[in-house]
Amino acid sequence: MVRAYFMQAMNQGLRAAMEEDETVIVMGEDVDRGVFGVTRGLIDTFGANRIRKTPISEAAFVGAAVGAAAAGLKPFAHVMFSSFFYVAMDQVANQAARLRYMSGGQVELPIVYFAGTGPSGSAAAQHSENPHSILMHTAGLKVVMPSTPHDAKGLMITAVRDPNPVVYLADLRLSRRRESIPREPYEIPLGVADVKREGEDVTVVALASLVHTAVDVADRLEADGISVEVVDPRSLVPLDWDTIVASVRKTGRLVVADPARRLCGLAAEIITGVSERAWDSLRSQPQRVTWPDIPVPFSPVLEERLDVSAGDVEEAIRATLGDRVAAGSA
Amino acid sequence: MLPDTDILLNLYRRMVRIRVFEEKVQELHRLGKLPGFVHVYVGEEAVAVGACSMLRDTDHITSTHRGHGHCIAKGADVAPMMAELFGRADGYCRGKGGSMHIIDTSLGILGANGIVGGGIPMATGSGLADAVLGRDGVTVCFFGDGAANQGVLLESLNLAAIWQLPVVYLCESNQYMEFTPTTDLTAGRIYRRGEPFGVASMEVDGNDVLEVRRVVGEAVDRARRGEGPTLIEAITYRFSGHSEGESAFVSAYRTEEEVESWKARDPVTCFRDLLQTEAGITAAELDSIDAEEQEAIRKAVEFAEASPHPSPDEALDHVFAPAGG
Ligand SMILES: Cc1ncc(C[n+]2csc(CCOP(=O)(O)OP(=O)(O)O)c2C)c(N)n1
Ligand SMILES: [Mg+2]
Repeated sequence: MVRAYFMQAMNQGLRAAMEEDETVIVMGEDVDRGVFGVTRGLIDTFGANRIRKTPISEAAFVGAAVGAAAAGLKPFAHVMFSSFFYVAMDQVANQAARLRYMSGGQVELPIVYFAGTGPSGSAAAQHSENPHSILMHTAGLKVVMPSTPHDAKGLMITAVRDPNPVVYLADLRLSRRRESIPREPYEIPLGVADVKREGEDVTVVALASLVHTAVDVADRLEADGISVEVVDPRSLVPLDWDTIVASVRKTGRLVVADPARRLCGLAAEIITGVSERAWDSLRSQPQRVTWPDIPVPFSPVLEERLDVSAGDVEEAIRATLGDRVAAGSA
Repeated sequence: MLPDTDILLNLYRRMVRIRVFEEKVQELHRLGKLPGFVHVYVGEEAVAVGACSMLRDTDHITSTHRGHGHCIAKGADVAPMMAELFGRADGYCRGKGGSMHIIDTSLGILGANGIVGGGIPMATGSGLADAVLGRDGVTVCFFGDGAANQGVLLESLNLAAIWQLPVVYLCESNQYMEFTPTTDLTAGRIYRRGEPFGVASMEVDGNDVLEVRRVVGEAVDRARRGEGPTLIEAITYRFSGHSEGESAFVSAYRTEEEVESWKARDPVTCFRDLLQTEAGITAAELDSIDAEEQEAIRKAVEFAEASPHPSPDEALDHVFAPAGG
């Protein structure tokens, strides 16, 4: 085992994947230094032929990844901040997510599109997006968003090995997370959720940094006799409905905590999907905690207003328990 | 021939204002008083000041993540600028934008920009508005040498050429894009990218405010006469890091000698020397300008720190303009 920060864990995973397969290459701005640390040091091992610094030309290198993949490479494209996906959206949505389908299955596109994501402290509206729902909606992209160094490493290895475009989003709020993880390479399959905390009364499906918020809230609510299960989907496309639905069938109540806007978001999708699959087990109305439908503001006070807080999660959990309170008092 | 003394003193004052503002911002950042990313313009003052000295209040500019200098040069008030950097209610954007997003549409400042290259098409469109509405306005588009590799520059040069738009594309070649020398990843010379489009293209010493003023002035005149766009590459250098606090996570990427050799050509001190030796302006006159600008920045910080935080629910405002109003 080895202690690793969140980004170091991804770095280890990427390094392992590059060692086993010499067609894996890295492209992006300042990837020799590695703005977030994910690509740091790789140039010393793999050299400038495989670690390609690009100019500030997102549309070009994000699109070049598609052609390179179609022609035999496995590109890891470092998009830096996830807001910059929008600069390259044609190449992501019209090309990467389409070529295999449009060709009747002729090509495989083993690409990883990596970006740091989410508010990181007054980075403002063009450096704070969480675009996972938009990317999930394109059809043709897998999307992962881990919450721990352990998951981050395993998902990185799986993402690089996957024969499809995988968007890998690293929540910047998790940069200081550190834990012991296996030194050796290991895979975490895409589409397998992880129950981060077991409970009986309410299921909270939480994403990325909100997993930790949800676990903290759950620990506190134990004292009030409320038992919360926290499910971390880890991978959003594919999404592990079996684990989510099994949890809701057990608890009968659902909260989804998504650090992103509400409209057409992940939370809406999970609540709808659970309603379709397990309507009969729901004992109360599912709740979602999300951002309001606004851009991410600069001022710390305004950013905090946007954020999902522990208080918001707790309130939503209590709201789903209204039926129990009523039953108890009757 | 030198411009009139009042013009010279105004150029000097604007450059000093930017320098003092930015040095104060660096100090405040070190003290942990400023949230978010901060990119300062120290060393590049002559570009913004020379260029904006040829513009009217009704003319437009687009700016970049390193935008404080552009805004001050176009006439922005340092007090609401500083308040914006603090994220306060009296900031230009009521705390919604911060350092990378200062905007004052009343002065034709269409915005600093967090997206590298993001302002380039916007400048093209601002020129289109002037052309369609029959105004004699001009737009200056500031962008970095790193931004020159965004495809939108070429698309914009083509649009501006075919529509003969009154836009001056002004590249600030400060030699770096983040931590990488621009020449490592840039084929050919940036200013020559205008030539195949038939866009007037030239370079200028970006540390010489009078040269910038002259070359941009000619481009602005052409644009006002309806003779179309110009691409200018101003050769300059940033004295400080890419962003404040970067040394915590990046090792050195420039040599001391390189930085020092550019500091020997400091645009502010060089111009100060020129004013004394060639325009007969006394050190005392210049010192008093320095003191006034120091005082203005001190007051700006006071204003910013006294300004309240926006009320949290303001986060929900300004997503859409009210329809039918
Ligand atoms: C589309 C986009 N890609 C990458 C970045 C990250 N970034 C911010 S500034 C910068 C370098 C910009 O270099 P240049 O245009 O030369 O401007 P300078 O910082 O030198 O003034 C980069 C890569 C960004 N903000 N936007
Ligand atoms: Mg530059």
